Amino acid sequence: MISDRVWQLHFAVVAVLFASQFFAGDYGVLTLTRIMVLAIYAIGYNLLYGYTGLLSLGHAMFFATGLYVAAISTTQGGLSVPTAFGLAIVIGAAVSGAMGALILRASGVAFMIVTLMFSQAAFLSVLYFGKYTRGDEGIVISDTIRKFGLLGLPVDLTNASLRYNLALCFLAGAISLSLVLVRSNFGRVLIAIRENENRTSMLGYNVFRYKLAAFALSGTFAAFSGACYALMFAYAGSTLASIQYSINPLLWTLLGGASTVLGPLVGTALMFLLVDVASSFTNANLLMVGVVLILLVLFFPKGILGTIRQLYLPWLP
Amino acid sequence: MPFFPHLFLAILEGTVAAAVLALSALGLSLVFGVMRVVNVAHGEFFMLGAMLAWWTAKMVPGGPLVGFAAAMIIAPVGVGTVAYITERLLLRRINYDPEATIVATIGLMFVVQQLALSVFGADAKPVAAPFAYRIVFPWFGYSGYKLFVVAASLALLTAAWWVLTRTKAGLIMRVTQFDRETATAFGIPVNTVYSAVFVAGAALVAIAAVLIVPIQQAYYLMGGDPLLKSFIVVIIGGLGSIKGSVIAALVIGLADGIISVFFSPTLASIIATLAVALVLVWRPQGLFGVAAQ
Repeated sequence: MISDRVWQLHFAVVAVLFASQFFAGDYGVLTLTRIMVLAIYAIGYNLLYGYTGLLSLGHAMFFATGLYVAAISTTQGGLSVPTAFGLAIVIGAAVSGAMGALILRASGVAFMIVTLMFSQAAFLSVLYFGKYTRGDEGIVISDTIRKFGLLGLPVDLTNASLRYNLALCFLAGAISLSLVLVRSNFGRVLIAIRENENRTSMLGYNVFRYKLAAFALSGTFAAFSGACYALMFAYAGSTLASIQYSINPLLWTLLGGASTVLGPLVGTALMFLLVDVASSFTNANLLMVGVVLILLVLFFPKGILGTIRQLYLPWLP
Repeated sequence: MPFFPHLFLAILEGTVAAAVLALSALGLSLVFGVMRVVNVAHGEFFMLGAMLAWWTAKMVPGGPLVGFAAAMIIAPVGVGTVAYITERLLLRRINYDPEATIVATIGLMFVVQQLALSVFGADAKPVAAPFAYRIVFPWFGYSGYKLFVVAASLALLTAAWWVLTRTKAGLIMRVTQFDRETATAFGIPVNTVYSAVFVAGAALVAIAAVLIVPIQQAYYLMGGDPLLKSFIVVIIGGLGSIKGSVIAALVIGLADGIISVFFSPTLASIIATLAVALVLVWRPQGLFGVAAQ
């Protein structure tokens, strides 16, 4: 049961984002588009980390799966953008399901390390198969591919305004799905697993199956976001598969507040803002990522929305 | 080159890789075994050790041998100091919570990496080997220094084993690993043991870096590879099992060297990671680990 004020709050967030495009200017619209696409990645990450309590350090492999399937199938496979997009999501779901079945055999600290390692192996594979992925240099998707017809309507992904609203629709979908999921019975079992796995198992739930579902779902969100990223910004490069892109969703989720539906979006937006401000006097944005991570762990473990929920708004999902 | 000499060369290279890997993985395994936390910044401690070795070689007059000897002292002490500060200001404050420690040390990894970039620059830095003796085999000449690296690692591993199993300090470490609370009850200063173990792990990986840097050059991104390989080793060997780590390091290092010589280093890393997948399917707690309760 989701109360009216919860729906109203989330609708208001989407409405504010919709209105922003009329004030933000060209650079603002582009940055916000990027934030919204990556926030989908963080929202999926939060389902696994925030709600199920599984800390993955390797989600870049699923993000990269979506990214490269979309990029390679359009540029080298000759698929149209919608087909490639669908394919990327299906393969993303399959890969994250298979990886989850394997990785979830490890638990606790070993789980975290194994996710990190597999993601590193995926990153190395991107470099190793440079013939297809073009390694560091990356794949650029040409503008002609990104203009296509869908159900008889012409779609032009080079158009900034169209991209913005498309990203907003996807983000609204991701937020609603995440909200419905965490308030459903399924979501409650995930939270129960986070709080006490043994007891949940004792109550008769098949814990492994729930964790696997959460893992695959979260990986699919990542692949979805990766495919959007490649097709909207016309680029897929190995940096986007590196460990930094595994850590980013963790950082965004922690900053905004783990296990809050809107936390990942807030965290992504705030981190972009911070990097933007900081880049005027330093170009070491990784340094800032590191400092923010340490400060969050030491002084602010609940993140922004988590703290707000604790102090003022106990009903915040 | 014919096949067998080529294979011999590959095995030599693999032995060198295994020796250095065993040292760096031992540091990680020791920290995990006793403190139950994973230090993701372990690879950056390796990189710092290599950078300090380069810096020492540049600053100390009197040729490569003196520089090397000085680096053998300066690098572990310098990296150990950084580790001590990390342990006191970071790990102790979050009470060694495994998840928070991983997140915090990831942050530390980025910080150290970027600071090294701004202090030392982005170029790879060569360091001269302390001596230039070449062993001449019938098919090829081989660097005597590389064999020295193997001997030095063996000596250090033996020393570590001796400390852990035959001295009082080792007994205290093993007791703390076995049961932290009972150890506290028996008057063992657990916090001091934790500091010591964390510093010792960092010092070990710094020594591994000093040994490897004449072969490999110092570079601010060099920490990623030893980190990944050390993780592979401790997962296959069993988290916290030091014996398992050493054996796994030998196997992984040898396989890595051989595949690197015949194919490519990237492929070697990919295959090693897939080996981890197989071990996980077959024995989730690692080959020498004890299943979690």
